[in-house]
Amino acid sequence: MSRLATRYDLTALARKLAAGPGAGAPPVQVFVGMSTCGLASGAGAVYEAMAKALAARKLANVTLVKAGCVGLCYAEPTVEVQVAGQPIVTLGNVTPERGEELVAELAAGGKIAGAISEGDAIFKKQVRIALRHCGRLDPEKVEDYLRDGGYQTLAKALFDQKPEELIQTMKDSGLRGRGGAGFPTGLKWEAARKAANTPKYIVCNADEGDPGAFMDRSVLEGDPHCVLEAMALAGYAIGARFGYIYCRAEYPLAVKRLEIAIGQARQLGLLGANILGSGFDFDIEVKLGAGAFVCGEETSLIHSIEGKRGEPTVKPPFPAESGLWGKSTTVNNVETLACVVPILEKGAAWFRGIGTPKCPGTKVFALAGDVKNVGLAEVPMGITIHEVLEEIGGGSRDGKPIKAVQTGGPSGGCIPASKFDTPIEYETLASLGSIMGSGGLIVMGADTSMVKIAHFYLQFTCDESCGKCTPCRVGNKRLLEILDRLLKGEGKPEDLEKLQELGNVIKDTALCGLGQTSPNPVLSTLHWFRGEYEECLKKGPKAVTYRIVAEKCVGCRACAKVCPVSCIDGKLKKPHVIRQEECIHCGACFSACKFDAIVRE
Amino acid sequence: MPLVNITIDGIRMQVPQDSTILEAARKANIKIPTLCHLELHNRETVNRVASCRICVVEIPGRRNLAPACATKVAPNMEIRTCTPRVLTARRTNMQLLLSNHPKDCLNCYASGNCELQDLANQMHTDTNRYEGTSSEFAIETSNQSIVRDLNKCIRCRRCETACNEMQTVGVLSGVGRGFDMVVGPALHKPLAETQCVFCGQCVKVCPTGALMGKSHIEEVWKAIADPEKVVIVQTAPAVRAALGEEFGLEPGHSVTKKMVTALRRLGFDHVFDTNFGADLTIVEEATEFIHRLQHGGRLPMLTSCCPAWVKFFEHQFQDLLDVPSSCKSPQQMFGAIAKTYWAQKMQIDPAKIVVVSVMPCLSKKYEASRGELSASGHQDVDFVLSTREMGRMLKEAGLDFLSLPDGEFDHPLGYSTGGADIFAVSGGVLEAALRMAAEVITGQELENVDFEEVRGLRGLRHAHVEIAGKTVNVAIACGLGNARKLLEEVRAGKSEYHLIEIMACPGGCIGGGGQPFVDSKKEPEVIAKRAAAIYAEDAGKEIRSSHKNPYIQELYQEFLGEAYGEKAHQLLHTHYTGREKL
Repeated sequence: MSRLATRYDLTALARKLAAGPGAGAPPVQVFVGMSTCGLASGAGAVYEAMAKALAARKLANVTLVKAGCVGLCYAEPTVEVQVAGQPIVTLGNVTPERGEELVAELAAGGKIAGAISEGDAIFKKQVRIALRHCGRLDPEKVEDYLRDGGYQTLAKALFDQKPEELIQTMKDSGLRGRGGAGFPTGLKWEAARKAANTPKYIVCNADEGDPGAFMDRSVLEGDPHCVLEAMALAGYAIGARFGYIYCRAEYPLAVKRLEIAIGQARQLGLLGANILGSGFDFDIEVKLGAGAFVCGEETSLIHSIEGKRGEPTVKPPFPAESGLWGKSTTVNNVETLACVVPILEKGAAWFRGIGTPKCPGTKVFALAGDVKNVGLAEVPMGITIHEVLEEIGGGSRDGKPIKAVQTGGPSGGCIPASKFDTPIEYETLASLGSIMGSGGLIVMGADTSMVKIAHFYLQFTCDESCGKCTPCRVGNKRLLEILDRLLKGEGKPEDLEKLQELGNVIKDTALCGLGQTSPNPVLSTLHWFRGEYEECLKKGPKAVTYRIVAEKCVGCRACAKVCPVSCIDGKLKKPHVIRQEECIHCGACFSACKFDAIVRE
Repeated sequence: MPLVNITIDGIRMQVPQDSTILEAARKANIKIPTLCHLELHNRETVNRVASCRICVVEIPGRRNLAPACATKVAPNMEIRTCTPRVLTARRTNMQLLLSNHPKDCLNCYASGNCELQDLANQMHTDTNRYEGTSSEFAIETSNQSIVRDLNKCIRCRRCETACNEMQTVGVLSGVGRGFDMVVGPALHKPLAETQCVFCGQCVKVCPTGALMGKSHIEEVWKAIADPEKVVIVQTAPAVRAALGEEFGLEPGHSVTKKMVTALRRLGFDHVFDTNFGADLTIVEEATEFIHRLQHGGRLPMLTSCCPAWVKFFEHQFQDLLDVPSSCKSPQQMFGAIAKTYWAQKMQIDPAKIVVVSVMPCLSKKYEASRGELSASGHQDVDFVLSTREMGRMLKEAGLDFLSLPDGEFDHPLGYSTGGADIFAVSGGVLEAALRMAAEVITGQELENVDFEEVRGLRGLRHAHVEIAGKTVNVAIACGLGNARKLLEEVRAGKSEYHLIEIMACPGGCIGGGGQPFVDSKKEPEVIAKRAAAIYAEDAGKEIRSSHKNPYIQELYQEFLGEAYGEKAHQLLHTHYTGREKL
């Protein structure tokens, strides 16, 4: 494709692409979800099988698309069928054989069997803005993005709007940072616009590190151009001519697709010098993170890009004042940027029509844990936790009531079932002792030990703390040691008071966002589930134990093979026994047993 | 600077708008405790990492507490420095630091001079409240100069700031994560395998005993007690201007004569002076300079007395190894002459001579161990004591230093001119070289030997000196960060200077890493007083130009022959080696 010299070249190309190649029979698009998650579940083989079958049947009206992910992790690999003019049909857990059948069904023009319909709650409650293209276009083909109006918003801004107008729209929209802290994006841009410290930079924070959160990966793998276009818009608005995408190296596919997209955009003249003849120069470079959670914190991220040790520095000065190489820098998270183009395209009022007055728009949540429909869901702000868990998530796997939900990753807190009717907003979650964070929602089933959960998250924070400030480096370690002894049944009477006092001081005095939120898992569980801590004090940990019923055990060794700590003894075809003192209560044996010979007590 | 109105603990005041809360509080005479915070050299370098979280204060309306050292005031800000919330937080963070710090203070050399200890005492806190696992690091003794006991490190990062920002050596940084994070060279390499120059500025700023000078005290006691050995001692010019501080004297009192008596009482067989080596250095260095100047040699010429500086350019400016003078330092020249000329004169087997130096410097310990500095077939210098170690030995020996009678150095290696005294101060080596160069080039005696234009304590200075109708451009740097600027110019071919003096430490050797510890805020003042004492020594000397030292002249006549000649080269000059950077 050749360089687009003017905005009219862009419009002409988009029109040409929209006209489409095939006329006649209603065009059918078949999207195979091929992000990391889909590929890991076998989407590659499904695609191959379907491509072969389509070629064999010479179905010219069917286009097979290597798409991103629609967020139905529990049903990967997924295939979606879009017959023009009809609702999309989604199929889950598709095998290569099922793929071939599907082609046959398409050839026959009949009904497609076994589909998750668009009317199902899992879709009905969702409003897709950030994820609008995920799963619905080929992220490696810029044509797909252009066909859907891609880069038109940038063109319009460059030729018809002043930077201040963009900033005003962003301010009016009420969009708040989706990385977790919820700072108004428009104000951030305005501060950067006013900063005199040039050259300015725009940085996309793609260092998604919360365990169980993967919305940013989904956007980068499924719709990379929407991030590039948003960065160019932000660059134009604040007066930056260069942007960095700081992406964790653990996301190789996202990086690959970003590099492809940047290459395409440069080739088309949508990045680089004199974009579309507007006189505006803007380019983007991808920087890889080296695996430090704290680099998601913006000052650490900036130091890491500079080649320094990734550790935070005191704010103020905020990056808008003094950031990358001491210059004014705007750091926006991937999901925030993914909302920029729709807002500038459809206007602030449209965006404000979604969500709540304090928190307009949507939030993508990553549902994980003890819930049926594990995956990504983009929902309007203000939806209740209950709706997300029960209607989108489908409730717990074993049908028992859900005990708690942990939001915001390791910096978040646990919210008890009694508060599930709370509408989700930054402030409401904070008032419950948790945070929005990047949008992880980890569901705790009825049997979960909340002390162990707190321990798990705190262990993560201890591993990922940079160690710079005293409260985070030593304080969290001491919190963890107290939890350790409580779980061993060796707690001391003053331990709960110490947890509270130390947790408060860490929150109050840690240097960066990581440290200031790190005690949340402990403090929130201590608040809502104090009884479990007291029980630990009285008689050691409350833990689920697993026991093999000798009469039912056939000695197949399935449980012993999966046991991560090798604490199951027994000879082949003889009943097995769990060495309880070494058991870590992970439940792997319970799931592996095909004879119901293991009981959970 | 515009002023803003603020209220601290109910006191309304106006402060410049770029003040930190800590600075504002000082003006209100409120002492907010600090630990990691450090201000160096009239605030040219400030450690503002805000890592210890001891200085936190409450600002109503703010979600969390603010570190006073790193938070700027804002208009109408209300600050509370002493609320229960603040006190609990400070105490807790102190308890956390102490929970990972050995409590065997009686075994610690920093005891009594430890900011952590002082603050813990001041807080009267339960030091055992948050007991738990402790860091376990092996004590690093890989090099001759600095011992690192990271078990005592409180991660204040002051050493890192001194190393990277002030000295631009760049050895120290945070390493590792979480509880295991510590300050040290990348990959936990021992200092000996890095570009560390052993200047000891990190030791000076360490608030605990995590960084210490390596002691040679035991070795020296043993040598003195050995009847087979002839143990001679040389004392650097900067030592006499500071040793008194170890015994409670106000800075700025020279204690040369008491020091000589004290050394004799300790049992040294001969008490000599590094100043003799300094006069010798000037003769060689000024001759080399005149030679380079008159024969189109490499210019500028850089002085080479400071071993930290030498190691710095060996690592960082490998392409400029021909720029510094090839002269050994006074310490090494002294050692080489003691084990050759003096040994012959006294008919002593040089193998039996033990040369002990007393130095304001930790890098001198490293220098003494450099293999090539052994012209006599024996290491020029055997043991090096810092000024602090000297003080410790005198106390150990039970000497009532301040009431000792005066003593005189032994001759010939104890006689010196004023040119040697000023080696202690930044600009002094250059001034001493100019005294000689001017007299040699013009063939006339100087009416006034004071080159005031090269004096001063600023880190980077330059001057133009007229000699025989020609302008000699000179520059002086103290502190390696300043030296780097001059070296970058030389590298770029843009240096307009003929002669450059470089010392690694602020103010020169009087601010060395082995000198008595001083509160960093008061250091500039202390250094100025020490400098004044040194210039007074110089002014009081009968002879003030090094080449006029009669014992030096005798040395050349009897032994060395020509200055900058063959024998001088063999004994008094050295070569440099390019070294890797980690």
